[in-house]
Amino acid sequence: MTEDRLSRDNNRRNRIVAASCVAFFGSMLGMAYAAVPLYAMFCQITGYGGTTQRVEQYSDRMLDRDITIRFDANTSGALPWDFQPEAREMTIKIGETVQAQYKAQNMFSTPTAGRATFNVTPELAGAYFNKVECFCFTDTTLKPGETLDMPVVFFVDPDIVDVPELKNIKTITLSYTFFPLEGDKPLAAAPKVDGSTTNGNSEGNIGG
Amino acid sequence: MAGAAVHDHDDHKPKGWVRWVYSTNHKDIGTLYLIFAIIAGILGGFLSVMMRWELAEPGIQIFHGLASMVYGVDGDAAIDAGKSMFNAFTTAHGLVMIFFMVMPALIGGFANWMVPIMIGAPDMAFPRMNNISFWLLPPAFILLILSAFVPSAPGAHGVGGGWTIYPPMSTSGQPGPAMDLAILSLHIAGASSILGAINFITTIFNMRAPGMTLHKMPLFAWSVLITAFLLLLSLPVLAGGITMLLTDRNFGTTFFAPEGGGDPILFQHLFWFFGHPEVYILILPGFGIVSHIVSTFSRKPVFGYLGMAYAMVAIGAVGFVVWAHHMYTTGLSLNTQRYFVFATMVIAVPTGVKIFSWIATMWGGSISMRTPMLWAIGFIFLFTVGGVTGVQLANAGLDRALHDTYYVVAHFHYVLSLGAVFAIFAAWYYWFPKMTGYMYSSLIARAHFWVTFVGVNLVFFPQHFLGLAGMPRRYIDYPDAFAGWNMVSSYGSYISAFGVLIFLFGVFEAFSKKRIAGANPWGEGATTLEWQLSSPPPYHQWEQLPKIK
Repeated sequence: MTEDRLSRDNNRRNRIVAASCVAFFGSMLGMAYAAVPLYAMFCQITGYGGTTQRVEQYSDRMLDRDITIRFDANTSGALPWDFQPEAREMTIKIGETVQAQYKAQNMFSTPTAGRATFNVTPELAGAYFNKVECFCFTDTTLKPGETLDMPVVFFVDPDIVDVPELKNIKTITLSYTFFPLEGDKPLAAAPKVDGSTTNGNSEGNIGG
Repeated sequence: MAGAAVHDHDDHKPKGWVRWVYSTNHKDIGTLYLIFAIIAGILGGFLSVMMRWELAEPGIQIFHGLASMVYGVDGDAAIDAGKSMFNAFTTAHGLVMIFFMVMPALIGGFANWMVPIMIGAPDMAFPRMNNISFWLLPPAFILLILSAFVPSAPGAHGVGGGWTIYPPMSTSGQPGPAMDLAILSLHIAGASSILGAINFITTIFNMRAPGMTLHKMPLFAWSVLITAFLLLLSLPVLAGGITMLLTDRNFGTTFFAPEGGGDPILFQHLFWFFGHPEVYILILPGFGIVSHIVSTFSRKPVFGYLGMAYAMVAIGAVGFVVWAHHMYTTGLSLNTQRYFVFATMVIAVPTGVKIFSWIATMWGGSISMRTPMLWAIGFIFLFTVGGVTGVQLANAGLDRALHDTYYVVAHFHYVLSLGAVFAIFAAWYYWFPKMTGYMYSSLIARAHFWVTFVGVNLVFFPQHFLGLAGMPRRYIDYPDAFAGWNMVSSYGSYISAFGVLIFLFGVFEAFSKKRIAGANPWGEGATTLEWQLSSPPPYHQWEQLPKIK
């Protein structure tokens, strides 16, 4: 009798421990998935990995110091676009709000859609690179042969000179890569392109 | 087995294959795990000897031939297939050794065998779950082996992305089914480990004999408890990460694909949040084993018992907040790097507590250099060498130069291949008489130790020089300047492989000679509960619960 109760008691205690372990396992698995949005938020807030900042307001102060912004444009995979910056680089004051132009043309015989991802190097500058307006926030569809001007309005946050790693920074490179939109992959139809193609970036090939 | 005149109704055991396949007995399941680990270890060792054979000289020696033998390709296609086959070998070697050799041997094997006995429990808390834990492993292992024979990329077979399976190599870089099979294999092996971990936690919390408080529990049981918690915390994150890989590959999600707003670096964070605790999972049970052996053969209690137990707790806890030291080159900010350098170096403190406590245990003791003690001292020495290079690599500045070179390979093989594996052999020679009832030949066991010790040091010590000279890891070929030390390293691997043969012969010899070991072959230093039982222990032990003073 008592032994029976004892073993039932033991079973119950074992089950409680095991159930808490399973619950713990489930919550860790949930945490792994929660890491995806949390990581995206983390990148937005801290500029980690060169994630640029999106702001509504223009800059309100300007330093008397020049900085060079270089513009880089890429298309990935099979997106048949000719995508280039209007100017390779511009020199501005830190804190000055300026507009730069990119230009994209669909070289294919059917309409194609793309979406741009972007970052800046050095990656730490991402937190101080503020974009007021940008084509990267929307998906873009181009008709055959259509050309589109794509403006970016941005400024470099004057706080950048307070960061130890960035206080002597002279150049920031803003890079865009256009990817074909999901469900719109002209993979089989398009001429075979290997990997990502860099347009108008001839110096990338020097010595290569 | 235990005495001829057994009329005890509790000692009857199932006969034949039923005993093993349906087994719910922790000792039988432990034996199955150990046999499985030996088989997997031989396969993983074979892969590494093939790689060393290939790397013995510059140029491509054997892999184009292997590829044409296995995959039936010729000419230039054979050379290309051989290169990807080499990558598949490095990947499979890592995965097999971690998931199918060290973990089954230490956790499934020795912990299953000894933890219930050491804490005075009749069996594990969930014996049937224990059975499932084991039988999930062979299918997982078979899936991983199958992955070597199906296409991964055009002209290539087998997973070639390294055991870390970083995207985009593991997503768009390996479109074939090989990667899917490997991911499924990891899922199943992970499920097996999680079930085992839950079983150990429940057993250790609820089934200790009366009087066995946590602070009187043997250090091996402590180490397994901490290991089980690490598994429970880290494995779900790996499971999540590789499930995201699987859906990225097959169902159009973009967790790690930048074109859909994902980030490949996120996988590295998830992977190393699992991966760093994983290396402590591999080594902590070894810490527990070495503590018992050093104490037994010094005839002294472990120096600083509580310090030893809580040093392991500290290593386990800090092990979760250092993962990005594997990622110094991914663009972390200086302050983030400073933190990870600091946190990583902090781990050297509890590890130092353990090393010095082992030495203090030996200090003034009556030391006898029996075979298990040789392996345990070998462990302490080699683990310390690996620990020192670990502290060096913790520095972000130095790691920039040494990242992905053979220096890193040398470092983690000193702590794992030489550390964890020496602990496994120490445990094998310590508990073999207890598990089988037979004593092995001390001469063969010592020969095994010395051949292995010389062999593995010849393999891995020169790799420090190669790494410092800049030789990158995971390539089938290298510039001629690296030829000399590579040759030495390859000879070392042949010697180590010969050591494995001595080991297997020693096992065979022990079973054929049947020297009776007796309940306690190690004398008065062996104080833990398993030495109070017969050798081998009765099929069901502790019918009468032991009293702990």
